Amino acid sequence: MLGRLSWDAIPFNEPLPLLSGAVVGIVILAILVTVTVKGWWPYLWREWLTSVDHKRIGVMYIALGLVMLLRGFSDAIMMRTQQALAVGDAQGYLPPQHYDQVFSAHGTIMIFFVAMPLVIGLMNFAVPLQLGVRDVAFPTLNSVSLWLTATGALLVNMSLVIGVFSRASWWGYPPLSELAYSPDVGVDYYLWSLQISGIGTLLTGINFVTTILKLRAPGMTYFRMPVFCWTALAANLLIVAAFPVLTATFVMLLLDRYLGMHFFTNDLGGNQMMYANLFWAWGHPEVYILVLTAFGVFSEVAATFSGKGLFSYRSMVWATLGICILSFMVWLHHFFTMGAGADVNAFFGIMSSIIAVPTGVKVFNWLFTMFRGRIVFKTPALWLVGFMVTFVIGGLTGVLLAVPPVDFVLHNSAFLVAHFHNVIIGGVVFGALAGITYWFPKAFGFTLDERWGQASFWCWLIGFWLAFTPLYALGLMGMTRRLQHIADPSWQPLLLVAEAGAVVIFAGILCQIAQLYVSIRTRERRLDLTGDPWNGRTLEWSTSSPPPAYNFAVLPKVETIDAFWHMKRTGRAPVEPVYESIEMPRNSPAGFITAFFAVVMGFSLIWHIWWLAILGFLAAATVVLIAGWNIEREHEISAAEVAQMERAR
Amino acid sequence: MAIATIDRAPTAIPTELARGRGGGGPAPKRIVVAYGFWIFILSDMVMFSALFAAFAVLRGNTAGGPTGAELFNLRNVFIETMCLLLSSYTCGLGALSAELRYPGRFLIFAAFTFVLGTAFLVIEATEFAGMVAKGAGPSRSAFLSAFFTLVGTHGVHVAGGLIALIYLSAQVIAKGLQAAVLRRLLCWSLFWHALDIVWVGVFTLVYLMGAS
Repeated sequence: MLGRLSWDAIPFNEPLPLLSGAVVGIVILAILVTVTVKGWWPYLWREWLTSVDHKRIGVMYIALGLVMLLRGFSDAIMMRTQQALAVGDAQGYLPPQHYDQVFSAHGTIMIFFVAMPLVIGLMNFAVPLQLGVRDVAFPTLNSVSLWLTATGALLVNMSLVIGVFSRASWWGYPPLSELAYSPDVGVDYYLWSLQISGIGTLLTGINFVTTILKLRAPGMTYFRMPVFCWTALAANLLIVAAFPVLTATFVMLLLDRYLGMHFFTNDLGGNQMMYANLFWAWGHPEVYILVLTAFGVFSEVAATFSGKGLFSYRSMVWATLGICILSFMVWLHHFFTMGAGADVNAFFGIMSSIIAVPTGVKVFNWLFTMFRGRIVFKTPALWLVGFMVTFVIGGLTGVLLAVPPVDFVLHNSAFLVAHFHNVIIGGVVFGALAGITYWFPKAFGFTLDERWGQASFWCWLIGFWLAFTPLYALGLMGMTRRLQHIADPSWQPLLLVAEAGAVVIFAGILCQIAQLYVSIRTRERRLDLTGDPWNGRTLEWSTSSPPPAYNFAVLPKVETIDAFWHMKRTGRAPVEPVYESIEMPRNSPAGFITAFFAVVMGFSLIWHIWWLAILGFLAAATVVLIAGWNIEREHEISAAEVAQMERAR
Repeated sequence: MAIATIDRAPTAIPTELARGRGGGGPAPKRIVVAYGFWIFILSDMVMFSALFAAFAVLRGNTAGGPTGAELFNLRNVFIETMCLLLSSYTCGLGALSAELRYPGRFLIFAAFTFVLGTAFLVIEATEFAGMVAKGAGPSRSAFLSAFFTLVGTHGVHVAGGLIALIYLSAQVIAKGLQAAVLRRLLCWSLFWHALDIVWVGVFTLVYLMGAS
């Protein structure tokens, strides 16, 4: 009746996960009770949970990413502490089977449920505004994407209390992830949460490619699009081309685990090397999905806070597209040591080095944008400078690792761990935080506090270098990654430095929470009444902050790149235009309800509760069919209402 | 179908649009929907290509079990293929009828399409059942895992397409051939033709090359 689910699934004998699970449970319960007592459910349901407005969906994506950042970071600081303590005779406080879950969960959460929601959230919020249109191509689908991503995040967190999470790392390499070596539900949690959220991400990719290529304001030719739209286009093309490979790979692993097939098993002809190839054929484009979006944010920030147009716009676009294509030709550098042969390794080593060229073009473009600009060192500009220093060093260690003989020495060492954190924190996280600070006033109508923001930046920057420079050294000293116990006591001093770095990053996170709190408390004083707090250049700054549901009462006419800057420069006085009625998509509960049944289905599949899985699938399919029956998906805002709202600005 | 995907050109073409630089403002809904669906089909093709790659890697790994040459019956596969190709023809005729706003004629062709698609699935299911009965099920060897997964995924797509066809025919009956329904039919026929293309790959790479 309940498949593999029984009381044994709750880890009563392990206080740590039980305690953290209880804390999370209490927090969630407290939030639910507050919302119920204050009577906020109708508002939440009407304005947020069923919203198909790209701005609201973007905000919810970012909220999801930030909450999951706390979870992923607590995993990180647990690992740092374990490695700092468990040296020599000491065993630390995390037993191996628990430690293995922690590093698997950390990687999975940070990539899929922190980095992805943050970049997709920024795209959702900014792209339609920058393109000068009213929404994405498929608004209801957008809501489905959001809630399916949230489903995956929920399933991962359920594993904290009910059952276990994967111990096979965030890649889930077979044969370790096969039934023979991971018989419990851990790998199933991993696979189903990523399959379900992966569908959401794929739908986002389809939605945004269509939006950017087919929905732009009149006059916005391809080479008048803001660079963030270009990088979003490249990132979404990568999603469309890469995520289906991940889906297919996980389908194969699931079939191995559920139906006894032999894609990656040790016996009867399975091939584990194929998994590594397929996984990284998705995995390497994935890091460019993340970092290209961050590059786009920094391009906007560099131009805005230097008070001049982006240096060499066209080379920026071509570099973006070059990276987009090259990112599919480097995946084998993740497993040079697997033995594909010298020729194959040489090819992929060279391709991996070549990808540094367009990236270098971009760095020089940002530098030349700042050169002789009127730089205003607000928080986003600080993130930009911190990013350029950090990311270039991370990129250079990457070029080092791209040399196959060097990789044979450093493969799976702490050096590698330092490298990819160097580019992902220095690139993606800094980029997301810059983007959040940059677009926050547009989303909420008031700016974020500068002092707390700058404090947070310095904590993150210093903390990052304290935490990861020691890992470069330790990697060269021979420390491999994922060690639950450190045998060599001479490594301990450096591990203690790394621990201190993690604590400084934690201070940075606390500063951000303080920044949010202080800014909300003092929002009356920091209102953005102009809609253009940074003296911006692109169209999102031409509408009010926060923008009305329809974004633009009249679609702007675009004549140049940096369209809004051009409008300001030519002093086009805002003549009151003739307002026309606007058709906007109606809210739809389809996304939220589908995701609810997806949770039911995913959970029952993980625990082999077949009847419930079938019911969950049928219910989700029924919701889709009911939603698809509907024809009247738009409601009209009359011209009089538009005029009234516009005059009230 | 080609005529159906293109809206009539606007009366005055803006210069940017005329030069093909995409400055003509937001595209009409029909183009947006069809374009998005094309992107979806492309992503589906990428998924199939991963399954094809897995099949190519594992085709020789029979682990002492039966090979394709021992299992495949090309005569049945030929009949199966003809069913699917003919169903694409009737699907095309149905789409033309819908464009010309003949709901009755559309429903007749939809019925033909449905019958042919079902015949395809029945033949495939019979083949699968026969193989499992012979002890050549998907867990026998890596080759058979890859075979059942690739061909089965295509079969699942066909089955989903048939359910969607019933659903859309019900919409045609209930709502008539209005613009929103026509857009959905357009997407559906794109999907059905794409499945044909995948099947041509399966027929060639799995059956023809496997049977020799």
